[in-house]
Amino acid sequence: MSKLSTPLGAVPVILPPAGLNASLRRIATMVRRYIYLLRSSGIRLIELIYWPFLQMLTWGFLQKYLAATTSPLAQAAGVLIGSVLLWDILFRSKIGFSTTFIEEMWSRNLGNLLTSPLRPFELVAALSVWSVIRLGVSMVPVVAAAYLIFGFNLLDLGLALVAFFAVLVLTSWSLGLLSAGVILRYGLGAEEFAWSLAFVLLPLSCVYYPVAVLPHWLQPIALALPPTHVFEGMRSILLHGTFDATELWLALALDAVYLLAGYLAFSWFLQRARVNGSLLQLGE
Amino acid sequence: MGEAAIIRPKRGTQALAMHERVNESWESAETIPVAVRDLTKVYGTVTAVDRISFTLAPRSTVALLGGNGAGKTTTIAMLLGLVVPTSGEVRVFGADMSRNRYQVAERLNFQSPYVDLPMRLTVRQNLTVYAGLYGIANAIERIAFIAEDLQITALLDRPTGKLSAGQKTRVGLAKALLNAPELLLLDEPTASLDPDTADWIRQKLKEYADARDATILLASHNMAEVERLADRVILLDSGRILEDEASDVLLETYGRETLEDVFLDVVRGRSWREARGDAAPARRAS
Repeated sequence: MSKLSTPLGAVPVILPPAGLNASLRRIATMVRRYIYLLRSSGIRLIELIYWPFLQMLTWGFLQKYLAATTSPLAQAAGVLIGSVLLWDILFRSKIGFSTTFIEEMWSRNLGNLLTSPLRPFELVAALSVWSVIRLGVSMVPVVAAAYLIFGFNLLDLGLALVAFFAVLVLTSWSLGLLSAGVILRYGLGAEEFAWSLAFVLLPLSCVYYPVAVLPHWLQPIALALPPTHVFEGMRSILLHGTFDATELWLALALDAVYLLAGYLAFSWFLQRARVNGSLLQLGE
Repeated sequence: MGEAAIIRPKRGTQALAMHERVNESWESAETIPVAVRDLTKVYGTVTAVDRISFTLAPRSTVALLGGNGAGKTTTIAMLLGLVVPTSGEVRVFGADMSRNRYQVAERLNFQSPYVDLPMRLTVRQNLTVYAGLYGIANAIERIAFIAEDLQITALLDRPTGKLSAGQKTRVGLAKALLNAPELLLLDEPTASLDPDTADWIRQKLKEYADARDATILLASHNMAEVERLADRVILLDSGRILEDEASDVLLETYGRETLEDVFLDVVRGRSWREARGDAAPARRAS
């Protein structure tokens, strides 16, 4: 610790700025900032649960209706609700990452952050941690409601659920990094891109249908996306009671590649923003 | 640090002296708060900053003075590492700000009208966050002191977005002074404030600089501010340094009573000889 010797009243005692502890401290500080933000608005808190809850209700009732038909697929317990809940893990985590980043731009705070000792990787780490916390706030009540209303227990997926969760969250971070980078470079005009990016995955990652439904030429693209393996795995467990762990390892390996690509893209866009001077013009 | 290249002077003996200062200080850059050499920023076809060189001595308060579009904000942004120079170098306490800004990030801070603190957070929450980012161990004590000093104690638990312009400026200054920076970069620190509040802010800055032995670089087009605070003035126009002198030397050289008159002389293309009546004034063609 270094103590300043100037007569400034309560002089600041500055902790060492480099090293793991310093990084963890700054990441925790940013997470605290996001908690302050969420606490400042009750509406935001309700909104976090509102949309996934409505989504779950809609698909839950559809599932109930189909269960009354003779289709064996429709009678498979909870396939649709399971798909909805897992998709929401991906979507909400991605939205949590992107929205929190955009929030810094709306409030014209990014210049303060980027000139402070906060490193870009620490900002990314804080956004990632926060996306998981937000996801918890958003999904735990909805998962509980799915059990209470439709008798669907997501935890029946067992240990595979943990792996599914990890794959989907890692994918969401890759998407979040890419959209944050694009917004950094092109400003809030590119906000729509951030909102819509996850939806590109909706048809391709086979959320509600098996990969085999896709045309042959599209199947390799679908299989190159980590979430596809999650949704295939979930259907395999719920319909056949079996699960191929190799699929999950493949998904995690793909995630590692996408995450690295996402971080490199974010860093590149940040550097371009510094070159183009767009960090000076960010804000509403 | 790489081998120092010698800068060729472009304008007269004053420019030569300035370049000599830059070249000398480059060798001992770690003790120099700011050393800028041949700094240029080009956006597309627009040259915002054009080969400027200067140094800031420890404990000095220097004003970057210029009209709109003179390059003041871009220069400060390059000093902060927010903008990457097209060419030239910026060193802050010896650190190359394009590559190693984190070596010195906790030793400086800034305030600018181009950035805000998050509106939904209370003042205390905002200051707590920045105290955490700057690694201030005694944050509660420090925030309480700064708040009292800048008379914002009563505002601490109010949302930042609900404050008046003057109150926001004081809160922004509190954030900028939290880590007691050795180098304080201020971009239009009293813009859009009433004269009383602006004067009060200037007094606080002066007190801080004296107490901390801090170096201040102040971008402004407010002459009263510059006269009150700065002991040296760098006059910018169209991204170039037109003058770099102590305020009193500038007044004497141009034979003027105020820096405003000197500023008008300079940006309208009147040399100090013309301004003093030694030659017929020739307005710059526009």
